[in-house]
Amino acid sequence: MTGMNETSDYRPRVGLFVTCLVDLFRPTIGFAAVKLIEGSGCTVEVPMTQTCCGQPAYNSGDRTDARAIAEVTIEAFEGFDYVVAPSGSCAGMLKKHYPGLFKGDAAWEARAVAFSAKVFELSSFLVDVRGVTRVDVKRKTKVTYHDSCSGLRELGIREQPRALLSSIKGLKLVEMKDPDVCCGFGGTFCVKYSDISNAIVEKKTASIDAAGAEILLAGDLGCLMNMAGKLKREGSAVEARHVAELLAGMDDTPPIGGWK
Amino acid sequence: MNTRDTILGKVRSSLHIDPSDAARRKAVEERLKKAAPGIVPARGQLPPAQRVALFAEMAGKLSASVDHVRKATDVPKAVTEYLRGRNLPCAVRMGSDPRLAAMPWGRQRALELRFGPSDGYDEAGVSHAVAAIAETGTLVLTSGPENPTTINFLPEHHIVVVDAADIEGDLETVLARIRSAYGKGRMPRTVNLISGPSRSGDIEQKIILGAHGPRALHIIVVGG
Amino acid sequence: MDITSPAFKANARVALADGQLQKALGNVRAGFIDKRRKAVDALPEFEQLRDRARDIKNHVLEHLDLYLEAYEAKVQASGGKVHWAETAAQARDIILDICRKADARTVTKGKSMITEEIGLNDFLQENGIRPVETDLGEYIIQLRGEHPSHIIAPAVHLNKEQVEADFRRVHDHLPDHRDLSEPEALLGEARRVLRSQYFEADVGITGANFLVAETGTSIIVTNEGNGDLTQVLPRVHVVVASIEKIVPTLEDVSQILRVLARSATGQEMSVYTTLSTGPRRKGDVDGPEEYHVVLLDNGRSAMLGTEFQDMLRCIRCGACMNHCPVYHAVGGHAYGWVYPGPMGAVLTPSLIGVDRGGHLPNASTFCGRCESVCPMRIPLPKMMRHWREREFERGLNPATQRFGLGLWAFFARRPRLYRLATALAIPVLSLMGGRKRRIAWLPFAGGWTRHRELPAPESRTFMQQWRDREAVARQAAR
Repeated sequence: MTGMNETSDYRPRVGLFVTCLVDLFRPTIGFAAVKLIEGSGCTVEVPMTQTCCGQPAYNSGDRTDARAIAEVTIEAFEGFDYVVAPSGSCAGMLKKHYPGLFKGDAAWEARAVAFSAKVFELSSFLVDVRGVTRVDVKRKTKVTYHDSCSGLRELGIREQPRALLSSIKGLKLVEMKDPDVCCGFGGTFCVKYSDISNAIVEKKTASIDAAGAEILLAGDLGCLMNMAGKLKREGSAVEARHVAELLAGMDDTPPIGGWK
Repeated sequence: MNTRDTILGKVRSSLHIDPSDAARRKAVEERLKKAAPGIVPARGQLPPAQRVALFAEMAGKLSASVDHVRKATDVPKAVTEYLRGRNLPCAVRMGSDPRLAAMPWGRQRALELRFGPSDGYDEAGVSHAVAAIAETGTLVLTSGPENPTTINFLPEHHIVVVDAADIEGDLETVLARIRSAYGKGRMPRTVNLISGPSRSGDIEQKIILGAHGPRALHIIVVGG
Repeated sequence: MDITSPAFKANARVALADGQLQKALGNVRAGFIDKRRKAVDALPEFEQLRDRARDIKNHVLEHLDLYLEAYEAKVQASGGKVHWAETAAQARDIILDICRKADARTVTKGKSMITEEIGLNDFLQENGIRPVETDLGEYIIQLRGEHPSHIIAPAVHLNKEQVEADFRRVHDHLPDHRDLSEPEALLGEARRVLRSQYFEADVGITGANFLVAETGTSIIVTNEGNGDLTQVLPRVHVVVASIEKIVPTLEDVSQILRVLARSATGQEMSVYTTLSTGPRRKGDVDGPEEYHVVLLDNGRSAMLGTEFQDMLRCIRCGACMNHCPVYHAVGGHAYGWVYPGPMGAVLTPSLIGVDRGGHLPNASTFCGRCESVCPMRIPLPKMMRHWREREFERGLNPATQRFGLGLWAFFARRPRLYRLATALAIPVLSLMGGRKRRIAWLPFAGGWTRHRELPAPESRTFMQQWRDREAVARQAAR
C-alpha cells in the first residue's frame, strides 16, 4: 500500500469494530480489514467486549436497549485513536446516531460525541484518513460495486472503494444500473416485510446480472448476504464478496453463499 | 370560543408561546415589511442584452414558439402570419389592453378581432404580458379588463406580446414591479406565471401538450 | 375514504401480484428520477436553495399563529372570506354550506390532496352536489371510483389500456371505431368532455401550494391549466388549504418555487403558477365573484412542538415516493390512506393515529434516498424511527417481535454471554451450510429463506479466531 504518511513513526492505534454479522458469518472480512488497516501504517486491536452496534434495537424503536448497547460499545473503544468498521451501516450508526441516544445526559453525550468523531468506515478510513491511494494486488476479473445506502448517504462513501479497486491490476469495474438503489435488506425489514424486500432485491439482482460482472462487491455484509442469497436462489453464477476481501487479496475462500 | 381562536390557541400552546411575546410579533412584522429577496441564481441576473436571448432560449425549451418584431406596429402582421402558418381561422380574441389597441390591426384586412373574455370557442387569443422572466422563460400576465384571464386558458393557441424592455432576469424583479404598481401588500386579482403551453403527463408519464389550456403558446417579443 | 393502512401487508401482497400495476410502476422508476437529476444538475444554486426553503418554512412554523392572522387580514382586505376548520368534518360542512348558498349542482375541482384528506367528493355527492375532477389523472381515477396513488401523479398506477377501457365504459357517446389507443387521443377525449363542465359548474374548488401572508394570495402550481379554468370560470372559487401552507412573502414563494417543480417533475417551473387574491375586481370581465379560503387544521397544530414538526415543511412534490424502493414495489394504494410513500409514512400516523398507521413507518429499509432528494430537507427516516419509538413505548409491536428483540438485546448488552452463545451457535449453523455454503430453509427464519438462500457462516466466529491468533502471537513473543 502506498500513499500514507510515512514521515511519522507513530502508528495510530485502531480499534476494529468487527460488526456482528462479520463476527458471526464471515470472519474473513474482519481479517481482510485488519490487513488493510495494518498496511496503512496502524496497529489494530479488537476489544473483546464489543457485540453489535445496536441498530436492530434502535431501528425498532427500542431506545433503551440501543442506548445500553451503545454504552457497552463506547466503553470498549475508549482509548483508541480510531474506530474502524468494515460496514457503512454500522459505522453510520456509531458515527451519526450514537450522540443522539444520549441527548440530555451531558456526561454520556460528551463521551458519545468524542467516540463518534473517531469512527470511520473501512474504505473511507483508508482513503480519507490514511491517504491510501492504491493496493498491491493483482486479480484478473470483472467486478460490479453496489453502494450500500447508509455508507453512501450517511457517510458519503462512493469514490473511495472505487478508487482503491481501480488500483488492482487486471481488475475491471463495470457499473450496474442504479448502483445507489437499495437492495431491500434494511435489517429487520427484510424479514418483517419479506415480500416487499424480495421485490426490491429481485430488481437489484436483475441489474447485477445485466452488468456482466463475475463478482458483486459491496461494503456491507448485510446487503451482501441479501443479494448473494437471492443470486444463489436464482441460480446466478455471480460471486458476492466484501470489497475488503479483494483489496486485501484474501478472496481465496468460497464467496458469500458459496459457489454456484 | 370560535374555531379560529381554538386553532390559533392550539398552535400557540403546541409551540409553548407566550402571546404577549413582542419580539416574535416584531420579527414577523419586519419580515413582511422587508420582503427581502433570497438567493437569485446567477442565470437570473444577466445584463439586459443577454436576457432577451436567454428568455427566448428557455421559452423554446418549454415548447413555446418565439418570434421577434422590431416595433409594436409590426405585431398585427406577425399575428396574421402565425395564424396563416398554422392554417388557423383568421380571428383572434383580445381584451382592451391599450398597448394592443394602439397597434394597426386595421391593416390586417382578413383578420377578425373579437373583444372581451373568451367564451371557449376561440382558436386564438392575444394577450399582452406585463413582464417576462429570462431565468425560466416565463411570461407574467395580470388580470383585468385589459387582459381577461380566460384568454390565457381557453383558446387553443395563446399569442402573447411582450416588450423586450419588460423581460427581467428573475421573478424577484417582477414581484418588486408588481408591488410598486399596486402598492405594498396589494395584488391584482390574478397573476399568471406561464411557462410554455399546457401539458399533462398523467397517462404513463408521457408528456402531451394541450391538456386543458392552450396547445400552443406563441410569444412575440417587441424590440430589443 | 376507508382506511386500509392496518392491512398494509396484505395490500402489499396484492400489489406485488398485480401485473398491470407492476408495469405501470415501471414508469415511476423510469421517468421522474432522471428528469429531477437533470434539472438539479442544471442549477448550481440548488442545494443552497434547499437550505433556504427549509429555513423559510421553519421560520413560518415557529410563528405560525402570527402569519395566519396576517394572512387572514389580507384576504379580508382583498374582499375574500376566510373560514377556519379544526376537523375534516367541519371543513366539509363549511364547503357544503358555501355550495348550497351558491345553489350549486355541479362543482369542478382542481387537483387537491387536501380535499382527498377530508373526503370531500363522497360528501358532496351524498348531499346532491356533483363533484367533477378536472385534472386528467384525477378525472380518470374518479371514473374508476379510486383514490390517487401518488400525490402529483394520481393515476400513475394505471396503463393506457385501462384508461381506454374506462373511457369507453363511461363516455357513452364514443363510437367504437374511434382510436383511443394512445395517450394523445385519451387526453383529447378528456379535454372535450371536461370543457363543458367548467362552464356548467357553479363552484370551483382548488387546493393551494402556498398561502402568502404578505398579500393574502393563494397560489396553485399546475401543468394542465385545469386548476385555472376551475377557479376563473365558476361564480364562486373555494380554496381549501391546511394551515402550514403559509409563507411570509412573495419573495419566499419564489425561493420555494425554484425547488418545487425541479423536485417534482424535473421541470424548472411548472407551466402555470397562478397567484389569486380575492374575488373579481371592479371592471374585471372574468373571474369569480366570491373567493373563499377554508383553512384546515385537522391535526397539524398538534404536530407543532413535537418531533414531527419538520414534516409540516412538506410541499407535496412527491420526490420522496418517486425515489422510494418500497413505493416502487407496491405503489401508493397499498399505504391504505391519502398520503403514500415516505411522506405518507410519517404524516399518516400523525393524522389517523399510529395504532392504525403504524405499518407505514415500519415498512422502510431506511435507505435514506427520500431524505437525500427532499427539497425541504425533511429528515423522513428519522421521523419514521420516532414513530417506531412511539409504537415501542406503547407496546404496539407484535409480541413475537418484541420477544425476539428482547432476547437478542439481552445478549447484545452482555458481551461475555454473547461470546459464549455465538461460539456455540455458529459452528452448528456453519455445518448446516454443507458443501454449498448456504442454507435453503431455517426454522424461525422463513422471512429470509422463503425468498433467498441464507449464506452459511464460516466455521468459527471472528472473535474465536482472533483470540487464537493473539494467543499464538503471545506464545511466539515469549
